[in-house]
This record gives sequence, structure tokens and C-alpha cells, in this order.
Amino acid sequence: MMLGRLRSLLRRRRLDAELAEELRHHLDALEAEHRARGLSGEEARRAAKLDLGGIGTVTEAYRDQHGIPVLETLWRTVRFSLRSLRRTPGVAAAVIVTLAVGIGANAAIFAVVNGVLLKPLPFPEAGSLIAVNHGMTGTSDQLPSAPYLYFTYREESRTLAGVGLWRTFPANVTGLDRPEQVRALLVTGDLLPLLGIQPTLGRTFTAAEDAPNGPLAVILTHGYWQRRFGGDASVIGRTLAIDGQPFAVIGVMPQRFRFLDQPVDIIQTFQFDRSQVTLGRYVFPSIARLKPGATIEAASADIARMVPLAIERFPPPPGYTRERFLKRAVTPRLSPLKDALVGDVGGTLWVVMGALGLLLLIACANVANLLLVRAEGRQQEIAVRAALGASRRRIAGELLVESTLLGIIGGGVGLLLAHQGLQAVIRFGPSNLPRLGEITIDPVVLLFTFGLSLVAGLLFGLLPVVKYANPRIARALGSGGRTVSGSRERHRARSLLVTFQIATALVLLVCSGLMIRTFQALSRVDSGFSQPDHVQMARISVPFADVPDPERVTRVQQAIVDRLAAIPGVTSAAFADLQPLGPANAASDTVLFVDGANYAPGQARPLRRFEFISPGLFRTLGTRLVAGRDFTWVDLYDKRPVAIVSENLAREEWETPAAALGKRVRASPDDPWREIVGVVADTHDSGMHLPPAPIAYFPSLMARFWSSPIMSFRSSTFLIRSPRAGTEAFIREVHSAVWEVNANLPLAEVRTLGDAYERSLSRTSFTLVILAIAGTMGLMLGAIGIYGVIAYVVSQRTTEIGVRLALGAQASQVRRLFVRDGLVLAAAGAAAGIAGALLLTRLMSSLLFGVSRLDPLTFALTTLLLMAVATLAAYVPARRATRNDPIDALRYG
Amino acid sequence: MPKEVLQGTLDLMVLRTLETMGPQHGFGLAKRILQVSDGMLDLNQGTLYPALLRLEQRGWIKSRWGVSDSNRKAKFYELTTRGRRQIGREAASWERTVSLMDRFLRRPAPGEE
Repeated sequence: MMLGRLRSLLRRRRLDAELAEELRHHLDALEAEHRARGLSGEEARRAAKLDLGGIGTVTEAYRDQHGIPVLETLWRTVRFSLRSLRRTPGVAAAVIVTLAVGIGANAAIFAVVNGVLLKPLPFPEAGSLIAVNHGMTGTSDQLPSAPYLYFTYREESRTLAGVGLWRTFPANVTGLDRPEQVRALLVTGDLLPLLGIQPTLGRTFTAAEDAPNGPLAVILTHGYWQRRFGGDASVIGRTLAIDGQPFAVIGVMPQRFRFLDQPVDIIQTFQFDRSQVTLGRYVFPSIARLKPGATIEAASADIARMVPLAIERFPPPPGYTRERFLKRAVTPRLSPLKDALVGDVGGTLWVVMGALGLLLLIACANVANLLLVRAEGRQQEIAVRAALGASRRRIAGELLVESTLLGIIGGGVGLLLAHQGLQAVIRFGPSNLPRLGEITIDPVVLLFTFGLSLVAGLLFGLLPVVKYANPRIARALGSGGRTVSGSRERHRARSLLVTFQIATALVLLVCSGLMIRTFQALSRVDSGFSQPDHVQMARISVPFADVPDPERVTRVQQAIVDRLAAIPGVTSAAFADLQPLGPANAASDTVLFVDGANYAPGQARPLRRFEFISPGLFRTLGTRLVAGRDFTWVDLYDKRPVAIVSENLAREEWETPAAALGKRVRASPDDPWREIVGVVADTHDSGMHLPPAPIAYFPSLMARFWSSPIMSFRSSTFLIRSPRAGTEAFIREVHSAVWEVNANLPLAEVRTLGDAYERSLSRTSFTLVILAIAGTMGLMLGAIGIYGVIAYVVSQRTTEIGVRLALGAQASQVRRLFVRDGLVLAAAGAAAGIAGALLLTRLMSSLLFGVSRLDPLTFALTTLLLMAVATLAAYVPARRATRNDPIDALRYG
Repeated sequence: MPKEVLQGTLDLMVLRTLETMGPQHGFGLAKRILQVSDGMLDLNQGTLYPALLRLEQRGWIKSRWGVSDSNRKAKFYELTTRGRRQIGREAASWERTVSLMDRFLRRPAPGEE
């Protein structure tokens, strides 16, 4: 039936024409009949018309069958509202702007929340993908997976449909117009099919290409393919020289392919040799897919079952016994892949969203106030319409339609603002925001914005409706709308609104104040590096094809260091395998064996960070040497068994730094002991908000480390201290210096330590900025609210003011009256706000550092700020009132 | 008669007339209905047209343009299968209503009480 009506609506004009035709035919036929019965032409016509009935009525009844009445009334009301809004453009504009800001901000942050927290990962059936990590009995740390576990899980699992390992490495691509350092993703051959994404061009890896000594194949990502090959489809089959070896390009991934948050240019296979796999080597992150119907708990139990099998199946590495692995067997730590990727950023995002939601409430209160004022002005109009018979429901309906319309228009403009705002967030937001590439304004966000606009419109629209749609207002016609009870009621409504605004603004201010204190506290933490802005960093990887010998690698690296140190303005240069404050540094923490330390059976050794460094690193970083000495190049080339530890590690094992000197440590029971020759100050390498990591430093060139006869680190971060760090000219000089040694060495991740430092604080600074903006805007809106209320009160009482002044009262006395009114409002709001803040700051306690969530200083200062602004807001209208000539006030008030 | 009731009954009359007479145009339908009602129905013939539109929207009849006996272009209406089924349903419903009211309105026969 409805469908039929809808269809008629669309064909309205044709149906009307057809009806006219039919009626004409009917009339003619009736007329013919009457004439056949003997009536004259004139009379026949009249009789026919009588028989047919009023054509007008019929046509109208016919038309009533078209369309859907509700929709038509709605459409009419919308047109009417638009007209009436156009008559008061000032108020309409103010409302729309306020709403656009409030709704737009919320739409933007929702887009972020949706993209990061809510949307599933961009893989088919992403819900069944899990991250496979492990724990070790005795420590709370988390370990990735290992090859021996991977092979066992693949072969024995009952709950996993597939499992794969991955790791990212820098790689040098040569043979094109210029050498380039790229991000290579290494995978086991089954990982891409497991994820479910097929290459758009070419194919995925075959089993042969993942076998040891198998054909060398590489898959490109879309971005890299566009950048380096211009999207040329003939790239399939071409050969790419990667780290000196030829790889055949076999495929290109689709544009939407994102591998978690890793920036990936090329994909290669590990080519593990199963016959060489030993126990241990927990350095490979792993992803698995659950079989349909399997749960994570079942998979955990499955893995717990398979671990002992794995330990039996593979040999222990040289120097270890199988019993040791059995005693400290790993335990499963499975989590949905999305959780593993998103981490703890959820806390920040929800806090920001909450703050912006509060801001929207304040904005709505402001708009409600504006609409109340406007409705006041239309009282007469409404009263007349009520007197003429418009039902209360109809008037209320119209007011609501009007406010909802404002809401939707405001929301539409807000969406435009949100689009801009998102660009800003993506550029300046917390730079380690996960899934940054997945934040867009998609249909979900549009729906959210539309819903929010509707709700906001209804919310602030209800107040004028409640106050003014009442037919009682017909009485207002008589007394000119100035009945005492009426105005007192209105005043109460507005005062309540303003109090609510002030309270909410105070909550926002307190939250931003707490974030400011947090930021200050974090900034005051001694990072362990001095003047990080003066340290330039660049990652350089010496390719195997150019320099196969590990010791020569170190010589090349030393040559680079020497050239870098020779640049004018450079005080020191060095290199290390880990970039300081790098986001992934904690992933490689491992066990350090200490001579003389006794561990009870079952008690696990703590994990330490290992760094492999050149001499001069500490001087370059500005990390203080607490005891002993730094490494020398002789230590490296003579491969002396030496080590340096951080102060916290020294204190933990031997009580004092001095006591650590001379003590012996090693990375594996099969290695010779190394002597500690130096102790350096702690560095907050994992971020300012975490305790400093205990670090063991080893020379970058060593013999008999981790059972390796000789070992050096091809890919290292070079650090250069100079006041000119970060400038274009300096970076170019760094490039030239490196290329003097080897023209084929690309530099990657070129940034200063200062950038890395700021990045580690970016989550806090981002939240701080958002909250501060929200707090400021809330405060402004609240001030405007107070101003509005006091101005209104003043305008209502001009007669009284005139009388007072005429009777000799001082202007300042009268002013103080009104300012006091304003302060009462503000005080009430502040009290409510403090109560609210005391409750709500609990929600952000995970973001705070170095300050309590009930910090009295923050509460006191923000309240004072609020009262000061409120006083000013109340003072301005009061002052204006008392400047008027009292005679005018008496005459015209 | 109140308008709603008249609407329902008029609809059923139209459907039944179309069933017995086959496809008709508006004028033919009006004539036939008045004939059958034998003067009991006082109907403005124009009111047929909104009713016809309603029936078409419900899917019980369909329309097409054709040529009348007097060689004029006219819109002819005919029953659809759904409409045919609807007649049966409506007729049954009427029977029920009639017999129900009958119980209430029937004077008790002498001897029954």
C-alpha cells in the first residue's frame, strides 16, 4: 500500500492528466445518456454534472490518495522553518557556527576512533587473526615467536588454520637510477595467503621460493611500485638487485594492502632451512589464523600442548641443553591481532572524545540560550497562531523541526570542518598513532555525524518548545509578554543553562591543566641524552655484496665516522645498532648471564636491552660516564671481551657502579666471559614515562658472541653531534661525507634525536593540545553565557537602575550588584564543575604522569581563572548599564 | 453512511462488478453499480475514481488505456489475481459480520427467552 502511494507520488502529474481525461469521458458519456432520454443539451450537461458530483472534490480526493501525508507536512514545515530562519540571519548564523565547531570536532575524533579502535583490520575475516606471542615462566615480559615453534605449530596444530612469521629489515636496492634504502618485510611463504590478500599483479610466493637456496623472488607494495616504476605493469619478471643479490619481481600488492603499521616497500621470504633450526631465537613476530569455530582459549591450550613437542623435535643451540629449555618453557600469550596493533592508545582517544563531547554539550547549551532568546522575540507570533487554532502539537512540531534543521545544517558544515581537522590530526597528531592510514570519513562517520546533529538539534530544541509551545501563552498577548512569572521562569532556565556551561567548562579546564602538568613532568625527566636537538641520526646499511667480511664492515663504518667527524661544526660522531628512543627497541630485550649470580631453579633471569656500539657513542649522545671508560677502536679490532652496563643494571647486580667494574658477563653460556670496563648513566630509552631500561652495551665488532666466531652489525644508526643538526645544508654535508666512503650507500630515517624525543612525547602533547583548545573554547562559551544572562537581567531592570541612580546610589554600587549576580552564577557552576572534575578525572588517570588526578594546585588555579573571566563577563554589561543617563532609563525603561 | 465504511463497501462493490463484468472503464462501472444497487445507493459517481486509484495502489486491480464502444479513448480497469483472492476474503468477512450482528439484533422469537 505504501509502495503504491509512493509510486503515485512520483507519477503525480501524469495521473492528474489521466484523471482529467477520464472525468471528461465520463461526463460526456453521462451527457449522451441524458440526451438520449430526451433532455436538451444544456439540461443534459447539468444533469450529467450533478450525477458525477463536484469535480473539485473528486480531484482533491484523488490527489489525497497520492503521496504520504506525513512526508508532505514535514516538507512544508521544513520550507516554513527555512523561511523563518532567513528572517533572523544573525541568530541562525551564530547557531550554525557554534554547532559546526562542536559537531565537527566530534565527527573528526569519531573518525579517528572508528579508524583506529572500532574498524576491523583490513584483512578478510580479520576477527580470526591473532598475534602469537609467548611468555616465559618467571618473567612478565613478552617474547615473540621463534622458528622452531613456527614449524611445530604449522605441523601439529589442531586449532590454527595457518601460522606465519615476519620481520622487517632495511634493505638496499641498487641497479636503478640511484641506490635506495627500503623497508623490506620478510615473511614465511604462507603468511600472505594466511592474511588473505592476493597480489593484484603477478602471484604470491611458491613453496620453492621459501625453501633454502630456492629462487630469489620479491613482491612489491603498491606505493613502492608507483614510486620507483611509475606503475609500469611490465615490472613482473624484471630483476631487482637487493643487498647485492638479484631478485625476480613476481608480484605487486594491491593499494589497500597495509601490513599492520609497518611501512613496507618490498616483501621477501625468509627461506628458513628447517634442518638448521635450533631451539631459541625468539625474535620473530608471528601471526596466525584460528580455524573456524576455534577460540583463543582453545588455541592457547593447543600451543601449551605443542611447546614440549617442539622442544623435543629440534636440537638445542650449541652450549645449551634441552633440559634448560624444558625447565624454562615458553607459555602462550595470544591476543587478537587488532589489540596487539592498537595497544593502549585507546585510553588517549576515549579521553579526547569525552572532552570534545563535553564541549558539544556546552555548545548546545549556548545554542539553547540563543534559541530561547529568539523564541522570546516570537512570543507574539506564536500566541496569535495559538489563538487562531494551531494546536500545541503543531507549534511544538514546527519548533522542533526548526531546531533539528539547524542541527543538520550545523552538522553539515561541521563535516567540512572535520575533513580539514582530520588532515591536521594526521599530520600533527601523535605520530605513533596506529592505523593512521585507515582514518577516513566513511559512511559510518557520516551516519554518526547525522545522528549527532539530529540528537543535538532535538536536545537544544526541546527547551524553547517546553517554554513556549504552551497555549497558555495566549494570555501573554494581553500583558505584552512581560508577566512577572513568565520572565522569572525564563531567567531561571537561562541561569541553569549558564551554570551547566560553567561547570562543564571547568571540568575541561581541569583536565587540560592536569595534562599541562603531566607534560611538564615528562619534560623534566632526564632522558639521559643532552641537547637531543644537536644530534643528527641516519641509518646506514652496508650491503653484503659490497663488503662480505664482517671485520671490513666495521672498518667501513669507522671510515664513515671519521669523515662525519671531520665535517665543520661536528664535535663527535658514532654509531649503534639501535636508534635511541626507537619505538621497537624493547622487542629485542634478551637474557644476560652474570658471573656469580645464582638463580634458583625455575627463577628466570631478567631481560636486558643489548646495544652494539662504536666508541664515542656516549660522548655523542651526551650520556654521562659514571665509572670506568668507554670502548676504544682497539677493543673492537682486537675483539677484546669487554662490555659496558648502564647504572641501573650495575646497581641491580652489584649494588654500586664502582663495584660493577671488573665483573664478568656474557650473552650465552658458550661464550667467553666479558669484563665490564665502564658504567654509564641511565637513559629513558623506552620513553620518558617508563623507568630507564637496563642496558648492556657491547662492541659492534666481536668474536665468539652468541656462539658466532665473528660478528658485526651492518645496519646501524649513525649519530652526529653538531649545533647544525637538522638543517638542510648539514644533512647534505652528511650525505656527501658518507658517499665519499661508498657512493652506493643510501641514508634512511634521517632525523634528529630531538625529533625522536618529541615523538616519544607526542601522545601527551596531542592530548594536551586538544584538551587545552576544548577548555579554552568552553571557557569562552561560558563567559558568553554569563555575559548574555547579565545583559538580559540589566535590560529588564533598567527602570530600577534609573531609580537607584536618581536616588543617589553610586554607579559602582549598582555595578557591584550585577557583578555579584554573575559571580553567584559562576560560583554555582564552579562548585558543580569541581564535583564533576573530582569524579571524571579518574577516567584519564592512565594518561597522567607525575601529578595526581586530584591535584589541588590545578583545581585551584583553574577555578580562579574561571572566576576571573566570569567577573569580567559580568562587569561589561553592568558597566554599560550604569553609564546610561538615569533620566533616559526612567523614561524609556 | 460514514465515509470509511462507504470506502470499504465501495471497494468491494467495484471488485465484484469487475469480477462479473470483466474489464470496464469508469463510466461503465458507475452505471452497473447504480443498476445493481437499484436506487439504494446515493453515490456521487466521481468518488469512484479515488477508489479506483486506491485499489490500483493496493495491487487488486490494474489499468490500461483502451478504446470504448463509442470509439473514445478510455482507461479500462480489470481484476488481478490478488484482487480475485481479496474478493473471497472480503466476502467471507462480510458474512461473519452480518451473522454476528444478526445475533445481537434479532428479536427473540416468541417462546425463546
